[in-house]
Amino acid sequence: MAGGAAMAQAQEIGFQSVPNALQLPADLYLGEVGGVATNSKGDIFVYASSGHPSITIGTARPFAHGGARLYQFDKNGKFVEEVMKNTYGFMVPAKVRVDAADNVWVVDEFTNMVIKIDTKGDLAMLLGRKAESENVPAREPRGDGAGAQSDLFNQPQDVAWDAQGNIFVADGAGNARIAKFDKDGKFVKSWGKRGSAPGEFANVLSIAVDAQGNVYAGDGGNKRIQVFDNNGMFKTAYSNVGNAQAICITKGANPVMYVSNSNASNDIDTGGEIYRMRLDGTIVGKFGRAGKRLGEFGTVNEIDCRSENTLYVGEVGNLRVQKIVLRQ
Amino acid sequence: MKRILTLLFVVAALPLMAQRKATIEGVPDIPFTTVPNFLKLPPGEHLGESVAVATNSKGHIFVYHRSANTRLFEFDQTGKFVREIGKDYIGFEFAHSVRVDKDDNIWTVDEGTNMITKFSPEGRILIVMGRRPPAVAGMLPAPPGPNKPAEKYVFCRPTDIGWDAQGNIFISDGYCNNRVVKYDKDGRFLAQAGSEKAGNALGQFNLPHSLQVDGQGNVWVADRSNFRYQVLDNNLKPIREITNLGVGWTVCISAGPHQYAFLSNSNPNGNTPGSWDITGEIYKAELDGTVLGRFGKPGKLAPNFQVVHMMDCRDPNGVITGEIESWRVQKFLLQPVKAGSTK
Repeated sequence: MAGGAAMAQAQEIGFQSVPNALQLPADLYLGEVGGVATNSKGDIFVYASSGHPSITIGTARPFAHGGARLYQFDKNGKFVEEVMKNTYGFMVPAKVRVDAADNVWVVDEFTNMVIKIDTKGDLAMLLGRKAESENVPAREPRGDGAGAQSDLFNQPQDVAWDAQGNIFVADGAGNARIAKFDKDGKFVKSWGKRGSAPGEFANVLSIAVDAQGNVYAGDGGNKRIQVFDNNGMFKTAYSNVGNAQAICITKGANPVMYVSNSNASNDIDTGGEIYRMRLDGTIVGKFGRAGKRLGEFGTVNEIDCRSENTLYVGEVGNLRVQKIVLRQ
Repeated sequence: MKRILTLLFVVAALPLMAQRKATIEGVPDIPFTTVPNFLKLPPGEHLGESVAVATNSKGHIFVYHRSANTRLFEFDQTGKFVREIGKDYIGFEFAHSVRVDKDDNIWTVDEGTNMITKFSPEGRILIVMGRRPPAVAGMLPAPPGPNKPAEKYVFCRPTDIGWDAQGNIFISDGYCNNRVVKYDKDGRFLAQAGSEKAGNALGQFNLPHSLQVDGQGNVWVADRSNFRYQVLDNNLKPIREITNLGVGWTVCISAGPHQYAFLSNSNPNGNTPGSWDITGEIYKAELDGTVLGRFGKPGKLAPNFQVVHMMDCRDPNGVITGEIESWRVQKFLLQPVKAGSTK
């Protein structure tokens, strides 16, 4: 298949992983890194699992608590603080993103919430609501993935914005759709359901919006990126970059897109490379592979590309963030 | 992140409390004393089930224990508490083993999270193997039926870890796989013996519960529910079995040019009737299997044992034991035994 050939032929980009990019306090251990993102000052935000997500016993109903924390580091990787400690909505990290005004957005796939945090570290807006209590045993997921015409999410994975501040949520693991909201959080529309036809998704693991407002959705299970216009009309799909578990589009006049073909968490012998491509789908090069050493990747879940050649890469499998400097 | 099945119910199926009297006879008792008040904890701190203990080259003692949360404590060579490592770390849920490699890195094996973690001597994470079952789907019952096929990079209640001189990693896995797996020093799969299925032929296992690698690169496995130890070569081909030392609960190989094996016929959890009469002793042996002596017996009070789960024997005359049911770590100073005193 043409996609496979393009993947194999892609030129290798030289790179190095900066050792000790994040300096953790002695008592701080990152768990699975769902997301990493920088703000305009270069501060680094990491949304990671931590400790013990738990379901209580001896209560009127079983309640779920804990398991994820949001950390802030400065541009040199020095630990600054834990943000919104003990937040009700933090349980299983999906992603963290920073918008144009430096607000920090956390996506949690257990509590089904998208949480906007302002630059002071206070709550600015919420999408979705955590379930009051848990079913024990849990119910198997049902439905076609189209979801509700609302902010009722089912394992959301990512969030992005267009130039007008409209919000696009990849409601993409329990559901298989993209939900659009205006900048004030009012539901606008939703598109997609589970499937493999154009406009359908196996899942939506990552999402990005370009300067023109086009929406790029990583459709991991179908191993493609689907491109939509701002209203969800299907435009095209790129099937040459694997599962697209993490997507990032650079800012500026000549944007490039980084796409991770993340390895499955139970296999470090297949995949794991990151592609650099133009927005028209042309692959410019690739780097990395799955593994545990510095410079290898363990199930990358998010890439920050605020700086085109200095990336932050968050890994589920290796419980870490790597700072990757690409040779230019 | 695609999420699959997750937090399993802890089904109240206790492991089979099997016991077996050792068939070896005429083994001399090794005289010993114990170090009184060996580990000194800070006020307000206590050990839980002390399933795992290991020392580094400086004599520091690491105890990986089942407290309210599973925790990893470091003590200095005098038994004074130094620090806790891995506080609130996602890979800690239900301790099973801690071992220290030749470079003093600390490796934990957690059978609750199915994760094996390499910590630097400073306590930072260097390598993670396996993955905690994802929590996102909530609480799902463990599916009935046989064990799922063993995967290269997925553990099922792993039990122990060892290394050869090249740094290759050997893992006994475990309660719901029945295999020994070899990885290179970077954690890439190389080979396995056994599978998810239990078996009793050589090279098969039924609850491989403890593992150590000797100086020749041979792999010693406590094959607990088969009531034996197996010795495998470096490529995991079986060499021989040891069947006369009782249950085969845990194994330790001492350091230095002349290595000894310590093999524990631990008394079973639950102290079943009569168990104290026929189990609980630890054997000291040459690597060729010649048994040199034995020490210890079951009992609630020190210096007796309540289910020795792991031993450190870096110094073959200073064996440290971690026990399950007494929440206790003891240090035994053994009188040296010479080969030839028994067979």
